[in-house]
Amino acid sequence: MSHLTDEMRAHVGRARPPAMELATRREIRKYSVATRQKLRKYLEGVEAPPLFYVALFWDVVSIDEMTPDGITIEPLLPDLPFKRAMAGGIKTTYFQPIRCGDYLVAQRTLTDLYEKEGKSGPLCFYEITLDVKTDAGAPVLVEKTTRILR
Amino acid sequence: MARFDSVTVGELLPETAHTPTILDLFFYNAALWNGHRIHFDETYAKQEEGYEGLVIQGPLQGDWMSQCVMQWLGEDGMLVEFEYSNRRAAYMGETLTVGGVVTAVDSANREISVDLFVKNASGDVIAPGAARVSLLA
Repeated sequence: MSHLTDEMRAHVGRARPPAMELATRREIRKYSVATRQKLRKYLEGVEAPPLFYVALFWDVVSIDEMTPDGITIEPLLPDLPFKRAMAGGIKTTYFQPIRCGDYLVAQRTLTDLYEKEGKSGPLCFYEITLDVKTDAGAPVLVEKTTRILR
Repeated sequence: MARFDSVTVGELLPETAHTPTILDLFFYNAALWNGHRIHFDETYAKQEEGYEGLVIQGPLQGDWMSQCVMQWLGEDGMLVEFEYSNRRAAYMGETLTVGGVVTAVDSANREISVDLFVKNASGDVIAPGAARVSLLA
């Protein structure tokens, strides 16, 4: 028996409004210090480390909107009968590095939602595609994140 | 620093050991604006979510794998494709080892493929990864 209804699956294809952020030298340097980068271009904030975009486009919401465990529920998801997040992974294709001073536009889309039977019960998988472009429309990166809920 | 003409399939990337402290976990959460309590509230992590301790962030382990590649490439390298998945939790106090191996060299496009890993002290791969990179030098 599937726990995902047609109404839940109908959320696939929905996208958030584009988000625009500026990659500042300070934010790149903070990320580089936090992750103990070694290359000078990252530590000086000239170019961003490959996973800097994760921080740049992390949701900034009010504390009252977070769950008691301190996370934000992905707004593209329907109300699912799976609540606990498990492992996940990403696959990112890069077209150009992010540099200090870049204005970037990102759009998140729910691109898949399905269920599988795990060893200890049903598991829900969802995929979010993050498409990042420059403000001139040039591709920067595309990330596909898969997360598992139980 | 790797030079394209000298890279061969089977070459090992230099391994790095990571033993993150509470400051690493704090600053990584702060850099992301990540409020997830399993990374800084040990009582919550253990009693509410059943973890053994403070959880080392999965994306931080992904970043370590990207660093393993980028430090091997040096200033002239660029990631073309990068992927990883977090398979098992790791906790503050653990020492994790990050490394990789060259799996393919594409001379026509000057691209190199590598498999990557994060291992725990028992040698178990808790986060596998892979990358395709371009090297100008």
